[in-house]
Amino acid sequence: MAYDVNTIFQIAGIGIIVAMIHTVLKQMGKEDWAHWVTLIGFVVVLYMVASIIDELFQKIKSVFLFQG
Amino acid sequence: MVIEIVQVVGFGLIATFLVLVVKENKPVIALAIALVAGSMIFLFIMAPLQSAIELIITLSGQAGINNMYIQTLLKIIGIAYLSEFGAHIARDADQESIAAKIELAGKMLIIMLAIPIFEVLIETVMALLPGGA
Repeated sequence: MAYDVNTIFQIAGIGIIVAMIHTVLKQMGKEDWAHWVTLIGFVVVLYMVASIIDELFQKIKSVFLFQG
Repeated sequence: MVIEIVQVVGFGLIATFLVLVVKENKPVIALAIALVAGSMIFLFIMAPLQSAIELIITLSGQAGINNMYIQTLLKIIGIAYLSEFGAHIARDADQESIAAKIELAGKMLIIMLAIPIFEVLIETVMALLPGGA
């Protein structure tokens, strides 16, 4: 298993924690802060996803499409 | 290089479970987990697949088959896999129309790739026919 299974746990952890912070901030009445937290969590997750998708696409290119 | 199916199945089940846990509050992050899980499982199986494909290329070279045909075939397989991957992700996010468009684009590109082989086939048939070009 050459690839890191931890990434998936990290993403799930970020999701759960962001949801928790969102709820807490909403209860404190700070709606705008809650939205910023959600946005930042989403950007971090998107970065991780994008790096793995990039790896997948490069691999597919090198195996099937004879480039790189 | 031995892939253990137990590892892949366990990984898939863990990812499914995490998606279900996260989906209640953050559906976008649940989709990201599904995306990463799909990519990772494909990356797991990619290493053995690569050696198998190299074997196919070597054997076809020894059999005297034109390299172009094998390359086109593998490219078609790659395009089919990629478009299927994208379409499944879009379908998971309930974007049926985007999924249909991705599949349509994949089919179009496959037809484009198959055109040279078709041309060779038609030329061969025309050469066989008496009175043909």
